[in-house]
Amino acid sequence: MEELSAVNSEAVIDTRGLTKRFRGGQLAVDGLDLAVPAGSVFGFLGPNGSGKTTTIRMLMGLIEPTSGTATLLGRPVPRAAHSVLPEVGALIEGPALYGFLSGRDNLVRYDSADPAADPRTRRARVAAALDRVGLTAAGSKKAKAYSLGMKQRLGLASALLRPRRLLVLDEPTNGLDPQGMREIRSLVRELAADGTTVFLSSHLLDEIEQVCTHAAVMARGRLIVQGPVAELAAGARGRLVVTTPDTADAARVLKELGVTGLTVAEDRVTGELPPGDADLADLNAALVRAGVRVRSFGVERASLEDAFVALTGEGFDVAG
Amino acid sequence: MSRAETTVRQENPRARSPLWTLGLLRSELTTTFRRWRTLALLAVLAAVPVLIGIAVKIETGDGSPAGGGGGGDGAGPAFLTQITNNGLFLVFAALAATLPVFLPMAVGVVAGDAVAGEANAGTLRYLLVAPAGRTRLLLAKFTSTMVFCLVATLVVAVSALVTGALLFPLGEVTTISGTRIGFGDGLVRAVLIAAVVAASLVGLAAIGLFVSTLTNSGVAAMATTVGLLITVQILDTVPQLDAIHPYLFTHHWLSFTDLLREPLYWDEVLDNLGLQALYAAVFGSAAWARFTTKDITA
Ligand SMILES: Nc1ncnc2c1ncn2[C@@H]1O[C@H](COP(=O)(O)OP(=O)(O)OP(=O)(O)O)[C@@H](O)[C@H]1O
Ligand SMILES: [Mg+2]
Repeated sequence: MEELSAVNSEAVIDTRGLTKRFRGGQLAVDGLDLAVPAGSVFGFLGPNGSGKTTTIRMLMGLIEPTSGTATLLGRPVPRAAHSVLPEVGALIEGPALYGFLSGRDNLVRYDSADPAADPRTRRARVAAALDRVGLTAAGSKKAKAYSLGMKQRLGLASALLRPRRLLVLDEPTNGLDPQGMREIRSLVRELAADGTTVFLSSHLLDEIEQVCTHAAVMARGRLIVQGPVAELAAGARGRLVVTTPDTADAARVLKELGVTGLTVAEDRVTGELPPGDADLADLNAALVRAGVRVRSFGVERASLEDAFVALTGEGFDVAG
Repeated sequence: MSRAETTVRQENPRARSPLWTLGLLRSELTTTFRRWRTLALLAVLAAVPVLIGIAVKIETGDGSPAGGGGGGDGAGPAFLTQITNNGLFLVFAALAATLPVFLPMAVGVVAGDAVAGEANAGTLRYLLVAPAGRTRLLLAKFTSTMVFCLVATLVVAVSALVTGALLFPLGEVTTISGTRIGFGDGLVRAVLIAAVVAASLVGLAAIGLFVSTLTNSGVAAMATTVGLLITVQILDTVPQLDAIHPYLFTHHWLSFTDLLREPLYWDEVLDNLGLQALYAAVFGSAAWARFTTKDITA
């Protein structure tokens, strides 16, 4: 925790021992110490039911923590929520709309609920937000006639009604088409370039890898790891991949050299590099000396997905 | 309205122009009155006086006097017999006919749905992170429910007045005391009575709003509120429960007919208004206590 305290001074989201136990005893978030640095694009990862949405609801003042504290932009929530939240845009567990109102009127409604929003600029800001998410043409359509992706876009637009210092997005690309996802990614990059801190939860690891500078991983309500994305991915060791027609020989030689977890599939032999700094060149030379005909040789860099699975386990079943 | 303003000032010490602070109330009103359900309720309420007017017209078409069969709602028949002489009485008859059932049901639906409906749709969480402020949002909901009580009553009254004017002659009004007052005076009484009828619904509106903060299902909240209304009305007819009758919010509802006496007889009307204020204070506070501490998980 030492290196975290240095970050905390400028943390946009900072929680200490944040805990939520629901009535009925379900421990949804357990002693969370999260520090989101200013200006970062922060990916919040975790399997289903790991407590991501519950954390976000506590940060937004929607539910009271059982214990622990949280600050947003340096001010305590939920106590100072009314002064912080105008500077925070949020998408929580999908969009929610008034089906009988047009997309534009939905945004007008949400903007009117913000006492810090200037009603004189409302029309213009609503139009700009619609434009930003590509909904200008559908702005007059009733929201009940929107598709899932259009609703998601409108939800994003409501988070962008005013310039924000922090955006909290719970699974923002849920339901979007590939173009929509790309647009959201470039939108997030754009916002981050303007200095907005973006905190986004997602299951799409390659998406996090593409846009996030930092990430945290939750499992069963606990924070497992947090830090810069590059470091997280580096944490999972890469795998050695050798392509050769002489797979049996290759596997034998590599095993002798300390490579573990060897698997052979068609003409590919993969395995985990031995701990310590085994020189790849030596491995390759040993293979060639043993008469193994090597077609290709290299290390596959671990993806964030590998790191994620290594941290949260392979199992598919949701923890109860 | 002044209450809404002061609360917002408390919540947000930075000075805001009235435009800022009333924005949520205005948005609440337009949202309520643009709902298809609200409009359907108002349409039903507008149709009731028209149906009564047509029924009276048909029944008296052959020259026989109306009345008698006009339903068991206390003062109704007394007014029904007068409608053929004076269309203004359709206003009183329609209010007396809708106050026990149609008006409170409409109010129960709108009040019960106020918070729970938004929780159900998930829009509540976005209003709160906007941030609307829980106290400010509840006050806006309370005020707009009050406005609905008034609008619903006025819809009945205006529809009755128009129907009465079209189907029957208008003229001097014979009060319950037997004296006659001018048509202008009668019209003033009608306005006064509409205001008292609207105020009679305030207690139920507060109960509905409280129930609405207890659940995340709009339908459950509406059903509970309407169920409570029916239960209370049944209790009010059980003679053995005499002792609690004066405290039931429906007990003094039909006292508005006292405003058709000459001179005006205020005692029971004031009892009614006091009781409604008490219910509003008790259930309003309960709704506030619940809503400001509740976890929003929907
Ligand atoms: N209102 C509630 N009452 C009781 N338990 C709840 C409630 N909401 C969530 N939980 C429990 O809290 C845990 C965390 O839920 P949460 O919604 O925060 O998960 P999540 O990480 O957002 O999952 P997902 O990726 O599926 O969105 C789950 O075990 C869930 O069952
Ligand atoms: Mg979630």
